[in-house]
Amino acid sequence: MKHLRQLEDQSVYILREAYKNFDNLAMLWSMGKDSTVLLWLARKAFFGHVPFPLLHVDTSYKIPAMIEYRDRLAREWRLNLIVGQNKKALAEGMNHERGRVECCTALKTQGLKLLLEERGYTGIILGVRSDEDSTRAKERYFSPRDKNNEWDFRDQPPELWDQYKLSFPPGTHIRIHPLLDWTEINIWEYIKLENIPFLDELYLDQGSGKRYRSLGCAPCTFPIESTAKTVDDVIIELRNTKVAERAGRAQDEGRGMEQLRKDGYM
Amino acid sequence: MTTDTTIKEQMNIVIVGHVDHGKSTLLGRLYADTGTLPTGKIEKIQAICKQQGKEFEYAFLFDAFLEEQQQGITIDTARTFFSWGGRQYIIIDAPGHKEFLKNMVSGAARAQAALLIIDALEGVRDQSKRHGLLLSMLGVKQVTVVVNKMDLVGYREDIFSGIEKEYRDFLNQLNVTPQYVIPASAKMGVNIAQVSKETPWYTGPSVLDSLAYFSLETALADKPLRWPIQDVYKFDARRILVGRLTAGRLKIGDRLVFSPSNKSACIQTIEAFNIDPPLTQAEAGQSVGVTLDEQIFVERGQIASREAERPLVSTQIRANLFWLGKRPLETRQSYVLRLATREVPCEVTTIHRIVDANNLNDRQTQSRVQRNEVADITLRTKSPIAFDLYVDFETTGRFVLVDEYDVAGGGIITELVHDEQEDFRTEARERDSAWVKGDVGTAERAKHYGHQPAVLLLTGPDTTSKGFLARKLETVLVAEGRHAYLLSPENLQRGLDADLPDTNPDEVVRRFGEVVRLLTDTGLLVICTTNAFTQPARQVVQTVQTLVNPIPVITIHMAKELSGPQPDTDLAFAGPENFDDCTSRIIQLLKARGLMSDPPAGRSELQFSI
Repeated sequence: MKHLRQLEDQSVYILREAYKNFDNLAMLWSMGKDSTVLLWLARKAFFGHVPFPLLHVDTSYKIPAMIEYRDRLAREWRLNLIVGQNKKALAEGMNHERGRVECCTALKTQGLKLLLEERGYTGIILGVRSDEDSTRAKERYFSPRDKNNEWDFRDQPPELWDQYKLSFPPGTHIRIHPLLDWTEINIWEYIKLENIPFLDELYLDQGSGKRYRSLGCAPCTFPIESTAKTVDDVIIELRNTKVAERAGRAQDEGRGMEQLRKDGYM
Repeated sequence: MTTDTTIKEQMNIVIVGHVDHGKSTLLGRLYADTGTLPTGKIEKIQAICKQQGKEFEYAFLFDAFLEEQQQGITIDTARTFFSWGGRQYIIIDAPGHKEFLKNMVSGAARAQAALLIIDALEGVRDQSKRHGLLLSMLGVKQVTVVVNKMDLVGYREDIFSGIEKEYRDFLNQLNVTPQYVIPASAKMGVNIAQVSKETPWYTGPSVLDSLAYFSLETALADKPLRWPIQDVYKFDARRILVGRLTAGRLKIGDRLVFSPSNKSACIQTIEAFNIDPPLTQAEAGQSVGVTLDEQIFVERGQIASREAERPLVSTQIRANLFWLGKRPLETRQSYVLRLATREVPCEVTTIHRIVDANNLNDRQTQSRVQRNEVADITLRTKSPIAFDLYVDFETTGRFVLVDEYDVAGGGIITELVHDEQEDFRTEARERDSAWVKGDVGTAERAKHYGHQPAVLLLTGPDTTSKGFLARKLETVLVAEGRHAYLLSPENLQRGLDADLPDTNPDEVVRRFGEVVRLLTDTGLLVICTTNAFTQPARQVVQTVQTLVNPIPVITIHMAKELSGPQPDTDLAFAGPENFDDCTSRIIQLLKARGLMSDPPAGRSELQFSI
């Protein structure tokens, strides 16, 4: 448990740095386990309040239970929820059959970009973790994006001793990653420790012998074989698995993530 | 593989060393031999290698970017996770290429211990030494050295011993003692996960087993309290001070002193969300929220401590600094210093020498510090900062410098350099801590008066009608219902200063500052001109600032013509201007700084009852 409090103290520190130093700040919430833990950490950091808007980039292909859950928590926790959508791409019929990376780029990367342009956010808080993907392993806690939303991973700014990148040229923004040091197991351990409400109908086996390990759009996210019916079962299962977490996420295949993330994907 | 299911703690370890000495390979091997890799990961990388027609290397497991794999180098630090023996490790693979030193530093700054890799065939190289030097500056004191590629030298003990001796001697000069020096071959898996028969003469642990000998420093909680304030929240009825304790402990009822403001109050509650029962104490490492029993002035950047164990305060420090900036560091150039949560403009006044990693005792004097160099410097901050020496406190004993938009260098503080304000600062601190207070505090006065106390100093050459503006300002403020008072320094001459000889201008300013301090303590806006002093205005402003600290001093400069921007002034007026306009601009500034609210309706007519 001590290691979870260590992780919590660090993430809370990062969230408070973000809140103090960015005038126009928002947090991305995908309703998945990671960004929900992040939302919970914000309530920790600000004593039950969430003093910035939560953004959901809705691709229109999300699993319906995710939307119900989103709206319920938004009401109960009095969240300022902002939903963005790339309506133009959807009107033109964008879907995964046109190519998964193309679809992710249009509906998620572009959808986010449109939302950022419209609202002019200078700081975006995201729940990405280092152990999800090898490009995320190389991220900074405060990571700059240029005018085109692009990530210059060849030349990242130094980051030392909890002194983060807090200033940036006009037109650019900073991605803030408070969960970089958390593993998938830590997320579930913390959900259990704090009793955080999560999408149990998707993340736990409801009797079919399957559960989702990572949530995304319905056409591109597949459940795994699992009989884990409780959070404890999930933790035990993860300690013994050697299958990658995002194995059920189709856009990760090949060099998909490196290209997506360079162009501004989460 | 034995997966340990009871994780007790978390530790960050960095792998450093010269380029191509095998850091990523060691990391890959460590994971492969302990069965910590996801299924299919090795096969996937092997397939890519085959497709590209090159030999499989363990390093490819973590060199994620296409460019990294194509060039066979690590560009940026990767965090990887690894559980062993009850600990969750984050292992940070740092690049060894000189060009990516800033990435190495970013990785190592997060670590509590380091594995430093040296190639047995190449021996100790530039970056082996530079990384050793940086580790000592970054505060990574636990180091284990791995002499890698022993297979290429036939596992010869004499070669190993030669490298061991050379590198131990080097680390000795930095006061670092390696925990172990391990002969190994990451490629062959020798002495990585277990001790192997290839080195029968070696009696120490394997690399994997050596990790358990790194200890997590817990003594931080036993040090004197250091709590840098990160922010002050008022989301609801509670006024909560937040921040992360960097040393010591605190509990409900403790008296805290804030530096450099010298204000003091007791902890009323420790606030937290979803924690039952409520917290009554906290210790180093924790991010906490606290309410105080008194509404005193506290802001981000101040450091809370106990009364008798305060941090140091000065505007000048001496430090060892490493520079990572795109442009060289130059003296007389303005940078922003960030120390814990404090942020203040500064400039480097002296570069004493450049430290050469290859020859630690060599003295080279330079006028600038180039990228990737380490230097011994003195710097001066625009206003006083609270800090510690690095040997006493890690977090409050180090700082970064920001050049334009980026963190460009990091430093550890080696000395407090005395500045000319030190005597006044000591006087103010001792006077404040012995001050006998009534029941009405500054916050209550401000609430009733509609403004905070402040000092408005008008500076500039004679004959610019500063006196006229000062009188006008007082009249307008009082007419608005503010509590303002014009104090001319001349008024002290025949009274308070009657005993002073003309030869003691310092004492004239000191007494003036103390009188202003008294008036601001009553909640007044005090307006003064500075022409009556024989000392230069800059010095008068500094002394008044030190003596009234933390009450804000607003300086308003007036001259017939302004030659460029006026440094260290809040407002500047050219010429005799429209005085109504000047007055309203001063009032606007007070409002913009949050020192004054608009006059509340219905309060303009005061009610007297006799």
